[in-house]
Amino acid sequence: MKTFYGTDLPNPLMLGTAQYPSPAILEQAFRESEAGVATVSLRRESGAGQTFWQMIRDLGVLVLPNTAGCHTVKEAVTTAHMAREVFDTKWIKLELIGHTDSLQPDVFQLVEAARILTEDGFQVFPYTTDDLIVGERLLAAGCEVLMPWGAPIGSGRGLNNEYALRAMRAEFPGVPLVIDAGIGLPSHAARAMELGYDAVLLNTAVARAGDPPAMARAMMQATLAGQLAHQADPIEARDMAEASTPVIGKAFLS
Amino acid sequence: MTIWSVIGSGVAGLAVASELVSRGAQVQVFDPGGPPGAHGCSWWAGGMLAPWCEYENAEEPVMRLGQTALDWWTARTQVQRCGTLVVANPRDLPDLRRFARRTEAFVEVDQSEISELEPDLHDFPKGLHFAQEAHLDPRQALHDLYRQLQDQGVVFHRKLAPSRLENAIDCRGRHAREVLHDLRGVKGEMLVIRCPEVTLTRPVRLLHPRMPLYIVPRGDGVYMLGATMIESEDSSRITARSMLELLSAAYALNPAFGEAEVLEIGVDLRPAFPDNLPRIRRLGHMIYANGLYRHGYLLAPALAQGVADLALENKHSEMVDEDRA
Repeated sequence: MKTFYGTDLPNPLMLGTAQYPSPAILEQAFRESEAGVATVSLRRESGAGQTFWQMIRDLGVLVLPNTAGCHTVKEAVTTAHMAREVFDTKWIKLELIGHTDSLQPDVFQLVEAARILTEDGFQVFPYTTDDLIVGERLLAAGCEVLMPWGAPIGSGRGLNNEYALRAMRAEFPGVPLVIDAGIGLPSHAARAMELGYDAVLLNTAVARAGDPPAMARAMMQATLAGQLAHQADPIEARDMAEASTPVIGKAFLS
Repeated sequence: MTIWSVIGSGVAGLAVASELVSRGAQVQVFDPGGPPGAHGCSWWAGGMLAPWCEYENAEEPVMRLGQTALDWWTARTQVQRCGTLVVANPRDLPDLRRFARRTEAFVEVDQSEISELEPDLHDFPKGLHFAQEAHLDPRQALHDLYRQLQDQGVVFHRKLAPSRLENAIDCRGRHAREVLHDLRGVKGEMLVIRCPEVTLTRPVRLLHPRMPLYIVPRGDGVYMLGATMIESEDSSRITARSMLELLSAAYALNPAFGEAEVLEIGVDLRPAFPDNLPRIRRLGHMIYANGLYRHGYLLAPALAQGVADLALENKHSEMVDEDRA
């Protein structure tokens, strides 16, 4: 597995911390899935979410703060600085929303904010689209990880454009790539890993499931299965049957 | 005869006092803030008695224990038993299907049935009607409990409770945090608006992917619009974002809400334990009853019954999680 700014992840599942029925269920979801990274939003708590943040720290996993809900470079940079203080980490998941309905990232501001934050010593995990050129620009801005969307945030549609995600994997073979957003089912997560992605990040699919801890476990198992399958060099699909036992030499009756 | 001291006159304290008195106990109440008012977070509640709807995003005890609230409150204050209507915009119908899967005791209603129930709701193709649910006016309910308790001989002391009280029940919500370390505050923001042009007779919930919004009729064209749930312990003021979201949801229900007057803005912190379920703890001479979260009026009766069971009969209800008497 590739490292994320020099850090090895214990496994390829990153789990969000929003929208759970309660902090207790959030904690169970982490315990049962053993997800190694927790993303946490700071925007809406603006300095007064200390109790909740302490609960996140107490999960004992790597914390990846995010700039969810930011629409401008300035907001995102301010939030990132706050996150660095609160969680004592250089990691920041950079999210810059460009469109209210699809929550599609504003990739122009994203590149700009990534450059500013990288120069400031942050290790940026940019939430981006599957556009190759934007990916290049983000790397040029100093990012060492890319997090393309599978589908719009919270939509649960899976990998909307598998062709583009394959192209991205092929274009950036040495860069850790994370599918961020759009995962609804374990099969989506497994598929992302089969394509050779290095991790998946999801939140809604677990938090809003009827049984979040069970869904978190299912996601972890699928992620690991997909990863293992990718490493095992799967067979190519073909049009005709290929018998797994030879026909020649077999006794047959006419 | 033992005199039980209840500390705090929010919905938890008054419900506990009322339950104790109804079982023949003698009770006094301490609250330095005086009679029920804006200093308690239950003043700012919606007052929905909606155990089935709440089950959508809560654990099973909320639905089961919440059902006792309907009769408990009906015996003490005016309760409107005309159900809850849940609707969603066409683009959010997956959320309505999810809501239906997670809850029970509803019937599906189509556009014409919705208009029959609430003639001022026009544009919703599908909804869910929870006919057994009810709502009350929280301020009226607190006031009624307060008056009844006074009539029953309960003395209200407008001061801090003396230290070293025996037989006391601490119902101070988040102010009990110095003792209950796993208690946290969850910020809620609400508005009270007046819009006589729109008539709604029952609480309406508008499903929205980011925030569950509800509007509760208070009579005379007045509506309570709530409520955000933010993991923050800053209750100083509402944010522009929250206010925009609350008002645009009302506007989405009926554009005539655009003409509403904003009467009040409420911001406070709900006391909650990590599983968002209430707890009863006995530590020495003090019984702590706390953590009603967003279910103040829904779960206060069950909490009060649990406290009375423990205090008067030494029986442990499921809400008791610690007893070191």
